[in-house]
Amino acid sequence: MTLIATASQTIGPFFHFGLGHPEWTDLTAAGPTGARIHIEGQVLDGDRAPLDDALIEIWQANAAGKYDHPEDSQDKPVDPKFHGFGRCGTDASGWFRFTTIKPGRVPGPGNTLQAPHIDVSVFARGLLKRLVTRIYFADEAANDADPILSRIQDPNVRQTLLAVPTGERGPVITYRFDIILQGEGETAFFEI
Amino acid sequence: MTKPVPYKRERPEGHPPYLYAPYVSTIKRAPKRALIRLDHTLSEVTGPGFASGWAGPDKADLTRQYAGEAIGARIILAGRVLDEDGRPVPSTLLEIWQANAAGRYIDKADQHNAPLDPNFSGAGQLITNERGEFRFLTIKPGPYPWRNTYNAWRAAHIHFSVFGPAFATRLVTQMYFPGDPLLPLDPIFNSTADAEARNRLVSAYDPNLSEAEYALGYVFDIVLRGRAATPMEA
Repeated sequence: MTLIATASQTIGPFFHFGLGHPEWTDLTAAGPTGARIHIEGQVLDGDRAPLDDALIEIWQANAAGKYDHPEDSQDKPVDPKFHGFGRCGTDASGWFRFTTIKPGRVPGPGNTLQAPHIDVSVFARGLLKRLVTRIYFADEAANDADPILSRIQDPNVRQTLLAVPTGERGPVITYRFDIILQGEGETAFFEI
Repeated sequence: MTKPVPYKRERPEGHPPYLYAPYVSTIKRAPKRALIRLDHTLSEVTGPGFASGWAGPDKADLTRQYAGEAIGARIILAGRVLDEDGRPVPSTLLEIWQANAAGRYIDKADQHNAPLDPNFSGAGQLITNERGEFRFLTIKPGPYPWRNTYNAWRAAHIHFSVFGPAFATRLVTQMYFPGDPLLPLDPIFNSTADAEARNRLVSAYDPNLSEAEYALGYVFDIVLRGRAATPMEA
């Protein structure tokens, strides 16, 4: 049996009350193991205008590099205090901000290991289907050997996937990750 | 470590493109560079699970969330979440949101001059059961004007958000009503090229689902991506 898949449709401008869960911006509320980080950025359109009606979702492994999911068969511990999913709507200036932990490395194609990364979905008015990208960490040595990053030839494109430490002082590193939907500096988006 | 089993690729004609000029908001928001094809890794075949209840309690009755009853025609909205191979998708989070019977959203940003209903939020959520089934009780939403083009009106619709088993299966869509005269004129509905895929977005009136003297029944099944064939299955 093959059924026709349901088509994607835009999230529209009026989703905040329906997809609320403001508590889902903080993935560390239950006290998981791992280094706390903030990830913040602006979502911008082809005119560099900020989107005040975008929704960002993230999905990541725990600090040991294990997903809280039955199909992750690695012999690593699940962290009962970390499920790895986050959601944040952009504010009036197009900003989103997550508090999470830095993910560990997970397996890639073949016998490779992927560099620490976070899967990202972008929803917004004007996006008839989500855009998918990944957050990598600019200060991570493992990036050079990452099987996904290393397939992107153009360094300017590759760079759009790197969250950059802002240098803000404090016990928690803040990373900046802007999402540019179109034009100069356009974020690398994946077809998955 | 067993190898991740990937999901089927999406048919391009079965989903809208990013750039669809009749929907004006796509013009400045569609990426210009080609997407980078990514073979699914463990990161894409895993995704958030909701069986433990951390997403909070079900809110399946949208007509009685406040002191009084919501105004409008009550509808029962029921269906199943399946994959392309017809397998049910159990224990996944479904979220819905919608305008009220007058075509007005509770969202602060909605400035349409139609009345708000103090007894209707328009937001609901539930976890599908072991057979992938869901059932909401709500109000039939009204159509509403939007500024895409002069005198444009959105067909009446309910927004659906569903996760499925993996990051790869995440879907946000809209459900429409059969016989709505606005459907042929609605660019968001018509953005999907394939007519069969488009028509899957239209719910079906089901007299057997209706409850006498109480509510009209509409059936809406949601079909998520299935697994790509694996050598084991071949």
